[in-house]
Amino acid sequence: MLIKVVEQIDLNEAYAYLRSPDAGAVNLFIGTVRNHSKGKEVVRLDFEAYDAMAIQQMQHVADEAAAKWPLCKLAMIHAIGAKDPGEPVVVVGVSSAHREASFEACRFLIDELKKTVPIWKKEFYEDNSVWINAHP
Amino acid sequence: MEILLFGITREIVGQSKLTLPASENITTVKALKNWLGNQYPAIQGLTSLAVAVDNEYVQDDDVLSGHHEIALIPPVSGG
Repeated sequence: MLIKVVEQIDLNEAYAYLRSPDAGAVNLFIGTVRNHSKGKEVVRLDFEAYDAMAIQQMQHVADEAAAKWPLCKLAMIHAIGAKDPGEPVVVVGVSSAHREASFEACRFLIDELKKTVPIWKKEFYEDNSVWINAHP
Repeated sequence: MEILLFGITREIVGQSKLTLPASENITTVKALKNWLGNQYPAIQGLTSLAVAVDNEYVQDDDVLSGHHEIALIPPVSGG
């Protein structure tokens, strides 16, 4: 499994890791910075991670996916630092013999990552900034 | 006991590490949360607040001891 927190996402690294002669499917989900949020223009995002715990919690999610689906390989990479609209901030991906497992596992990985992995996002607008999910 | 702070909790407290006075005798997760809420009322306004010990989430009635790495986990927003 390829699990890490990085300054800059390298999509080629994820794909190079996942491709496998016994796989009939490679599925990659790429989360990117959106330039708007709830009607406001987003100029930048800042991501912060509790690195050691983030890796450990991603490992839990990955282990769970590997137990649920027959996967060849699995990758979870999250970026930290300042990111501009359009930039990739997270990549999760798997390879498997057939495509159903790849699609399902990939969706599971990103959904669970968003629930439990200690990474925080601050959105910057023209006039202020907000930590996402912090307030009702 | 030292507590690591991230995201909005770091901004509320104004530093990345908080040292709890030994005199407070805080021994459980719940007691820690109560103390934090009293010291920093803005923490009470968060949608949730979790605590991690040695990189794993712990529950309110779990016991804390000074020999582990303890961190506050405000609502996560990765992905």
